[in-house]
Amino acid sequence: MDKRKMAAMVAAMAIVIGACSTGGGATAAPSVPTALGATEGEVSVLAWPGYVENGSTDPAYNWVKPFEDATGCKTTVQVFGTSDEAFSLFTTNPDKFDVISASGDASLRLVRAGYVQPMNVDLVKSYADIFPALKDKPYNTVDGVHYGIPHGRGSNLLMWRSDTVNPAPTKWAEMFDPSSAFAGKVSVYDAPIYIADAAVVLMATQPDLGIKNPYALDDKQFQAAVDLLKKQKPMISQYWVDYTKQMAAFETGDATVGTTWEVIANLLKAEDPPVPVEIIKPAEGATGWSDTWMINSKTKHINCAYKLVEHLTSAETNIQIAEYFGEAPGNSKACALASTPDFCDSYHADDDAFWKDVWYWQTPEAKCVDGRTDVTCKDFAAWVKAWTEIKG
Amino acid sequence: MTAAVTAPSGRRRLAAALHRRGRLRLGLLLAGPVGWLVVAYIGSLLILFLNSAWSRDAFTGLVIRELTLGNFTDIATNPLYRTVVIRTVVMAAAVTVTCALLAFPIAYYMARVASRRTKGLLVVAILMPLWASYLVKAYAWRLILSEEGVLNWLLGPLGLKGPGFGEIGLWLVFTYLWLPYMILPLYAGLERIPTSLLEASADLGAKGSLTFRRVILPLVTPALVAGSIFTFSLTLGDYIAPSLITTTQFIGNLILSNFGVPDLPLAAALSLVPLVIMIVYLLVARRLGAFEAL
Repeated sequence: MDKRKMAAMVAAMAIVIGACSTGGGATAAPSVPTALGATEGEVSVLAWPGYVENGSTDPAYNWVKPFEDATGCKTTVQVFGTSDEAFSLFTTNPDKFDVISASGDASLRLVRAGYVQPMNVDLVKSYADIFPALKDKPYNTVDGVHYGIPHGRGSNLLMWRSDTVNPAPTKWAEMFDPSSAFAGKVSVYDAPIYIADAAVVLMATQPDLGIKNPYALDDKQFQAAVDLLKKQKPMISQYWVDYTKQMAAFETGDATVGTTWEVIANLLKAEDPPVPVEIIKPAEGATGWSDTWMINSKTKHINCAYKLVEHLTSAETNIQIAEYFGEAPGNSKACALASTPDFCDSYHADDDAFWKDVWYWQTPEAKCVDGRTDVTCKDFAAWVKAWTEIKG
Repeated sequence: MTAAVTAPSGRRRLAAALHRRGRLRLGLLLAGPVGWLVVAYIGSLLILFLNSAWSRDAFTGLVIRELTLGNFTDIATNPLYRTVVIRTVVMAAAVTVTCALLAFPIAYYMARVASRRTKGLLVVAILMPLWASYLVKAYAWRLILSEEGVLNWLLGPLGLKGPGFGEIGLWLVFTYLWLPYMILPLYAGLERIPTSLLEASADLGAKGSLTFRRVILPLVTPALVAGSIFTFSLTLGDYIAPSLITTTQFIGNLILSNFGVPDLPLAAALSLVPLVIMIVYLLVARRLGAFEAL
């Protein structure tokens, strides 16, 4: 009996090891297409909530249907909560998603590992109209090769319940001060990239640390950010990933102050009855995001993918997304089509001065992204480890 | 008169061959279930072990398929993992004790005091929550414990406040969720105690508490341990209730967050920790006789 057990075990292990030793990882990126062909009939997209609305959240907001009617590409949408979740979903299902909206802290990782392919920007009509400030940025262009089409940008904001929080907060630093009146009711974003928000606060409160870029932190600067976050931990009532969870917490009053996206504040105010919240971008600056539409290097629906990206960055659709989500559109011609005339001004779509103190999400690397060569900075793996330790 | 001898059909030959080879018959019968056990169950555990010995490229997220003990040294040395494991084990133990204390009176009433009809109704009542989805129950408790929730509303006139979100609230939630799993084995165990033993104990002059300590408790210990296996292991691995009710991390949350990175080798290595804890627990449970009734 023992010999049979041994034989069965060995056979099972052999099967397992044999199955696992087939090669994995990235294949070489395909060559860039020079012309688009016939559409394939379907396309799947992994996007931030609110970017690719197909009527399932709210029947009044649907810009997928016109695309499906025009091209015949049946579109399936999946949403995610954080860039890490997106990266994980995209890489563990290499054939599932054709298009992804990647923020700066996911895009480079996708490019380096070969999960997304270079794009021929001449095949995307709307590329010419994209704001120059978004083109040829380190997170969407590598060695002169374009890997995606810029979508739009936004800033993380400070939100509070205007009926229960008096006086209103004016600085991020108040969210890190344990003696604040709202301690115990703070809601912050649950991702390692939030360490950059603490670094933004330190840029204002401890300038002698010399932080020039919140994603380029050497050992001393990083430790200061981690200590600040550990000091903040007892004040936190919620680490949110799913935007509906932050909405629920603000509605019930379990959170009264937090970092948020404008779409969450818009949705809260649109509730019935409306939840009284206010938002600001504090004077210290903020972290933000600048998103890029990228195409899977293994996609089988390349033509539908290109057409979808073109549709989403076209002036008509780009402004719809920007208004629904609450961000600055990427297409300069979109502003003229806004439903409120001062929309682009209120989101500073063309105001480069506003974005000077907004630090777009970017993957931290050992080679400091602020250009310093005399020190090594903490890379993303260190940020991830530190974040789990901060949460305790 | 001789009947024509026809050659036996294929089916007949097969039946005859199997009749002769008893071991082959048994093997074919067991091939399905054993195959499932070995390939799907043990095979997936083996893949878990294998993954835990691999590592991951920090930047690209690709798994490096070379055997290394790096994950295990990481878990052993980093104080964060120690804190989280201790926290999870303490919570599991607290939930088990609370469930046992709450379940015992209910199970005793059902087993020894209740009429047949009441017994049936109580069994239905206890099993009903199990029909509701886990998520529904967890979210319902989130609403109950919330700032403007039912618990604070009830305690408000008394000048008290509910525990709110946090570890105490989580303890309440876990106790609620796993209580049926403790009541049922206890009920089965208590029912098995012959009434004659309790009567004999009373005849010999033992008061209720002495009978409880010396007669009932030793006899019901296997059932108690069996129920505790459920409550302990379910609490050990749970991550959904902690993510809804507290902000602190338990083993399950750590594993989940590593899936998000994605650092699958580290997640696999972390999954081995509750596995080892449960193996130890089950060995102790076997020693205490939990499996004797099987």
